[in-house]
Amino acid sequence: MSESPIDIVGQEYRAGFVTDVVSDTLPPGLSEAVVRHISAKKREPAWMADWRLAAYGKWRAMTPPDWAHVRFPPIDFEGISYYSAPKSLADAPASLDEVDPELLRTYEKLGIPLHEREALAGVVKSPSVAVDAVFDSVSIATTFKDKLAEAGVIFCPISEAVHSHPELVRKYLGSVVPQQDNFYAALNSAVFSDGSFVYVPEGVRCPMELSTYFRINERNTGQFERTLIIADAGAYVSYLEGCTAPMRDENQLHAAVVELVALDNAEIKYSTVQNWYPGDAEGKGGIYNFVTKRGACLGASSKISWTQVETGSAITWKYPSVVLRGAGSVGEFHSVALTNNHQQADTGTKMIHLGPNTRSTIISKGISAGQSQNSYRGLVRTSPAAKGARNYTQCDSLLLGDACGAHTFPYIENKSPTATIEHEATTSKVSDDQLFLCQQRGIDPEKAISMIVNGFCKDVFRELPMEFAVEAGKLLEVSLEGAVG
Amino acid sequence: MSLLDIDGLHASVNGEPILKDLSLRVEAGEIHAIMGPNGSGKSTLANVLAGRPGYEVTAGQVSFDGIGLAGVEPEARAQAGLFLAFQYPVEIPGVSNMEFLKAAWDSHRAAQGSQPESAVGFMKRARALAKGLGLNPEFLKRGVNEGFSGGEKKRNEILQLLLLEPKLAVLDETDSGLDIDALQTVAAGVNRFRSADNGVLLITHYQRLLNHIVPDRVHVLTEGRIVASGDKHLAEKLEAEGYAWLSG
Ligand SMILES: Nc1ncnc2c1ncn2[C@@H]1O[C@H](COP(=O)(O)OP(=O)(O)OP(=O)(O)O)[C@@H](O)[C@H]1O
Ligand SMILES: [Mg+2]
Repeated sequence: MSESPIDIVGQEYRAGFVTDVVSDTLPPGLSEAVVRHISAKKREPAWMADWRLAAYGKWRAMTPPDWAHVRFPPIDFEGISYYSAPKSLADAPASLDEVDPELLRTYEKLGIPLHEREALAGVVKSPSVAVDAVFDSVSIATTFKDKLAEAGVIFCPISEAVHSHPELVRKYLGSVVPQQDNFYAALNSAVFSDGSFVYVPEGVRCPMELSTYFRINERNTGQFERTLIIADAGAYVSYLEGCTAPMRDENQLHAAVVELVALDNAEIKYSTVQNWYPGDAEGKGGIYNFVTKRGACLGASSKISWTQVETGSAITWKYPSVVLRGAGSVGEFHSVALTNNHQQADTGTKMIHLGPNTRSTIISKGISAGQSQNSYRGLVRTSPAAKGARNYTQCDSLLLGDACGAHTFPYIENKSPTATIEHEATTSKVSDDQLFLCQQRGIDPEKAISMIVNGFCKDVFRELPMEFAVEAGKLLEVSLEGAVG
Repeated sequence: MSLLDIDGLHASVNGEPILKDLSLRVEAGEIHAIMGPNGSGKSTLANVLAGRPGYEVTAGQVSFDGIGLAGVEPEARAQAGLFLAFQYPVEIPGVSNMEFLKAAWDSHRAAQGSQPESAVGFMKRARALAKGLGLNPEFLKRGVNEGFSGGEKKRNEILQLLLLEPKLAVLDETDSGLDIDALQTVAAGVNRFRSADNGVLLITHYQRLLNHIVPDRVHVLTEGRIVASGDKHLAEKLEAEGYAWLSG
C-alpha cells in the first residue's frame, strides 16, 4: 500500500465537511435559564417548559453512568452549548424554497435529497422515502408531508408536534423512557432540541419509508434530538435514521432519546445507520454517542424491531430495547457494530418480557479492528407474568488483528419458570489463510476483508430496507480501510 | 521465453531453509508432474510461486511469463495468470461461493482493464461449469468451502481453475482424497483446461492420476531439490519401487 492507513481513514470519512452558515448558538453552559430559553425559542406551551424544568431538576441530582466498558475523560457539561440553529431558520421556513440553499447543498452532498422531485428522479434510489432533516438543533425540512397526510400519517418535527398534536405528545413523551431513566436521558429531556414525530393511525400501513437524517455542524454544540413514534392498533411503519458530523479535533456529545410505542397488532421497524465522525486514526476527536432508545410493545401481538449498523462515533453507548408488555408481543434487535482505530463501542439491547408468550430475538455482530474495543452488553429479563416467554440470543464477534478487543456481557434475569432463554456466542478471526486464498484468486486484501466482514454481517443486513443494505455494505468497506496491511 | 523459469531457487519458511537450489522450466503447452516424499518441499514450492507471506526466497530467481516475481504481490501474480489449487482449501464462512468467484473474476478482468462481466452471464457460466464437475449448483450459494467434503473442496478448486483460465496452474495434490469417479472428473477438468498456451504443474503422490493426465515431464523432489527428471515412465518406476533407489 502506498498510502499509510492513517491517511486513508482520514480521507475516507466522506461526510467530514463543515457547512458555512451563520448560526444562532447559545453560549456554553446549562442552567434553568438555558432550559427556559430553549423552550421560549420554540414558543413552547407552559406544560412543555415545565416538563423540561422537571427533567433538569432530576438531571442535576444525577451522575454519569460508569459501568460501560469505555474510557474517556470526564465531560465538562458547562463547556457545551445546548442550542444551535442556522440563523436563516430563526423564523421557521414555510417551505423548501425558503430553506437556505447552503443547507440544501449540505444534504445534497451527503446524498440526502430534500427536494421531492429529485427524490422521485432517483437521487436516492428509492422514490418512496420521506425525509426529516435535522441540522444541529432544528429540523430544516420534512419531505412528502402531503402524501403522508393523505394516508393520515403524521410525520413532522417534534417541535411542531408539540403545537399541532399536544395530546399525543403529552400522553407519550417520557412514557417509554422516563426522564430519570439515566443521566443522558434526563439531560435530553431538559434540553432536547428537535427530532421527528410520527403517528400512524389505526389500521394504516405507512405508504413509504420514513427517515430522519441528523447532522451536527456547529462546533462545541451537543445534539439532543428526541424522536417519538406511535403506531396505533394494526398500524405499520418502517423508519430509518442516518447521522453524520464534520471532522473536528474535539469530541462532541450526541445524547438522543428515541421512544417507540406499538399498540395492538402494530409493528414498528426502526433502522439506524450511524456514521458519526469516529475521530482520526490516533483517536483524536469524534462524537460521543450516548443514546437511549426504547420501544414499548403495549398492545397484544405488537412488534418492534431495531436494526442498527454502527460504524461511526468515537464512543458508542447505546442499548435499543423493547419492553414486551402486550401478550404475544415480539421484540427484535439486529446489530452490526464495527470499531476501528481507537473507537470504543459498548452496545447491545434489553428485552424486558412482562406479558405472556412474548418473544425476543437478539442478533449481534461485533467487528473490531485496529486498537478498538467492542463490547456487547445485553439483558434479557422475564417477569413472573411472562409465561412461556422465549428469547434467542446470538452474539458473534470478529477480530481483525491482535490489538483490538471484543467483549460480551450477557445478563439474564429470569423470573418466569416457563420461559425459554437461549444464548449462543462465537468469536472468530479473519485468518491469514483466508486472506491468502482471496489474494491467490486475485482479490486484494482490503476487498477480501470487506467481503468477509460483509458475509459475517449478512443476517443483519437482510433486515435493512434494500437500498440501505447496499449503503451499509459500502459504509463498512470505507470504515475498514486501513484495517489491513 | 518459458512460461515458468525457476533458476537456482532457495527458499525458507519461517526462517527454516526448505528449498535448496531448485531449477525447473515449464514451457507453454506442457504438463509437468512433481512427485516426492512427504515433507520434501512440494507445497512449499507451490506457495513460493504464489507469493504466500512467510515464504521467503533467499537465493535464485523465478520468472513467470517473462517477468521476475520478486516483490510481486500475491494478488498481482494471480491476476497475471498464476493459479494455485490448494492442498487444503480453507473455508470462508458467510461469503457465498458465487460472490467469491465473481469477485475473483472481476479482479482478473480489472487487471486487464476490462469492465466486470454481467452478473447474469457469469452466474450462467459458473453454474454450467459446476454441473460439468459434478457439483450441484447449490454449492455456489453456500459459503466458500463451508462444510464441503474433502472431495467437494477439490472439485471447487477445479471449478475456479476453469473459471479463471490462468496461464499456469499449480495443482497441489488435487487428486488426494478423491473417489474414483471424482478423480476422473477432476482429470477431465484439467484436460479441458490444458491448451497450447498454458501450462500445468501437477503435484501428486499417485501415478494413477498420470494415467488420466499424461505429463510431458516428471520430476522427483527430495529434500528441497529435484533429484530426478524423466518422462511418464519415471512415475511408473516410482509407483513400483518407491523413492529409496533415488537416494541410494
Ligand atoms: N510454516 C512452517 N514452518 C516450519 N516448517 C514448515 C512450515 N511449512 C512447512 N514446513 C516444513 O517444510 C517441509 C516441506 O513441507 P511441504 O509442505 O512443502 O512438504 P510437501 O512435499 O508438500 O509434503 P506432503 O507430501 O506431505 O504434502 C516440511 O518439513 C515441513 O514441516
Ligand atoms: Mg504438500
